[in-house]
Amino acid sequence: MDTLLQQLINGLTLGAVYALVALGYTMVYGIIGLINFAHGEVVMIGTMVAFTVIVSLAGSGMPPLMILGIGLLISVLVCMALGWSLERVAYRPLRGAPRLTPLITAIGMSMVLQNVAMIIWGRNYITFPPMIEKHIFTVGGATFTNVQVAIVTLAALVMSGLIYLVHRTRLGMAMRATAQNPQVASLMGVDINRVIAMAFVIGSALGAVAGCMVGSYYEIAHYQMGFMLGLKAFTAAVLGGIGNLAGAMAGGILLGVIEALGAGYIGQLTGDFLGSHYQDIFAFIVLIVVLMFRPSGLFGERTGDRA
Amino acid sequence: MNDQVKTSVPWQRHWMAVVLIGVVLLAVPFVAALGGQAWVRIANFAILYVFLALGLNIVVGYAGLLDLGYVAFYAVGAYVYALLASPHFGLHLPFWVILPVGAGIACIFGMLLGAPTLKLRGDYLAIVTLGFGEIIRIFLNNLNAPINVTNGAQGITLIDPIRIGDFSFADTTTVLGVAISGPQKYYFLLVALAIMVIIVNIRLQNSRVGRAWQAIREDEVAAKACGINTRNIKLLAFAMGASFGGIAGGVFSAMQGFVSPESFSLMESITILAMVVLGGMGHIPGVILGAILLTALPEVLRYGIEPLQQAVFGRMIIDPESLRMLIFGLSMVLVMRFRPAGLWPSPQRRRELAESAN
Repeated sequence: MDTLLQQLINGLTLGAVYALVALGYTMVYGIIGLINFAHGEVVMIGTMVAFTVIVSLAGSGMPPLMILGIGLLISVLVCMALGWSLERVAYRPLRGAPRLTPLITAIGMSMVLQNVAMIIWGRNYITFPPMIEKHIFTVGGATFTNVQVAIVTLAALVMSGLIYLVHRTRLGMAMRATAQNPQVASLMGVDINRVIAMAFVIGSALGAVAGCMVGSYYEIAHYQMGFMLGLKAFTAAVLGGIGNLAGAMAGGILLGVIEALGAGYIGQLTGDFLGSHYQDIFAFIVLIVVLMFRPSGLFGERTGDRA
Repeated sequence: MNDQVKTSVPWQRHWMAVVLIGVVLLAVPFVAALGGQAWVRIANFAILYVFLALGLNIVVGYAGLLDLGYVAFYAVGAYVYALLASPHFGLHLPFWVILPVGAGIACIFGMLLGAPTLKLRGDYLAIVTLGFGEIIRIFLNNLNAPINVTNGAQGITLIDPIRIGDFSFADTTTVLGVAISGPQKYYFLLVALAIMVIIVNIRLQNSRVGRAWQAIREDEVAAKACGINTRNIKLLAFAMGASFGGIAGGVFSAMQGFVSPESFSLMESITILAMVVLGGMGHIPGVILGAILLTALPEVLRYGIEPLQQAVFGRMIIDPESLRMLIFGLSMVLVMRFRPAGLWPSPQRRRELAESAN
């Protein structure tokens, strides 16, 4: 029982991060049908910027929570600008191009961002300075830290904010309209370009928050960290039904929990034949099995016949 | 119909061009050797990637199925060769047994992946194939315990070169006073294989199956309504693409003498896909061009960047390795920006794009 509860807690933390990143993929996909491969790299840049800000403010005598807050804020702002420029420079000129063209552009941008990060921050692992003093809580044999509580709480807050934005504001309405039918939406006076740019900006902001969480949870960062994280988050988005916001959140948390449980129990399940280094396999096996039975993801609508 | 006439005639009409290409192909390994055997190896990889890209072209370009895990089949072929012709298991089967076996096993893997997933559409298929590729790589990385099958991350070494009787592709032989090195021999083998896959691609394009693929690519429901067995035809595309991947993997194994899971990362799949799309999806000359450019560009940059920085700044300012990949990524973005249908798209596709733009 102890391990079960423990793995559930760890999975929830990881899942909250996946969910935030997955939202970035799903928002862009829902509106323009593009797999934004560079999104994982945006998350990585978010982590790196937060790291730089926190390290440079660490000796300034400010209270640690304030330093963290400033780091988060600047990282969110930088990523928003990055997301906006990505859309503007790389993807907007390709609207109406064959479907695979923007995909290759996205892959190219992801390489560019990765290598820019490597030039700026070097090719070694970066250690995050611990800003919050860690407290460890024990409940029913399982332990968790205040960092984990903060991650889950912040993720819940951000996601509620996003739901409010999408369902209760004019911008949100415009986004939903564009996702349904861009032509008709533009006839109704929706500025399509602005809506698409906003999807990128908001998605990148969520990614930056997730990036800061990853940094403070694992306490290390690396210029290649965005790749696997982005891949997992994209898997989560597809698992939930890509283009569906609630699906991305559920998919992210589900994926995190499955991974944690899988890593904890794979040895017992297979009689020690497979060890916990197979952790990364779970995400993909679950994905394949789910899509076999629900080809549009858990909460996705049936997609049209456009291949 | 016009296209069909055009593609079947060029052998007779353009015999000059064919002769010229033949001469260039013959000369390449000897010219490259002037710069060192490293350049011959680069030429070999360019041809190997032509082979792989044309294999993937069947899946992505003809049938329109976005496959992001193509490298899995390449890996299967490479490991089949490595396991059956190395001291790892003490097996040393001849290549003409292993290559077909590798192709067959890769083909089975292709069908294993395809059968349950082909009802998925578009991007869902893409992510499942991607996941499949990662699963294969993770297994290759970890199947060294409890039974050591793949030797884990260390990979398998001392793989036999391709050998026919006493004629080994690994050492230098002198023919008519000309010394032909190992990599140069592999070059000619690869060219022969590439010509084979080009012919298969051309023949497929205008066959009944090729037209069925095209119909599925354009509109699956309509294709089904016309009596095409879409499931089997899609499965066939997957299986054929996978077999080519398997053969390429076998040759890769023999040529390198060493395989490890590192060679079969997702990035490799993506690079091969980029070759297909960047060159011009579904158009054979375009795909060939894409494969050669994307293999050559990073290498040229590798040798070009250091001296250039020295000349301009007088010292190394930026790490050449990351600058190289940065330029590589940037050029992918730029090509797609200015030639959205690829560098050398098929005339038909260009027409369609021009129509839809108006």
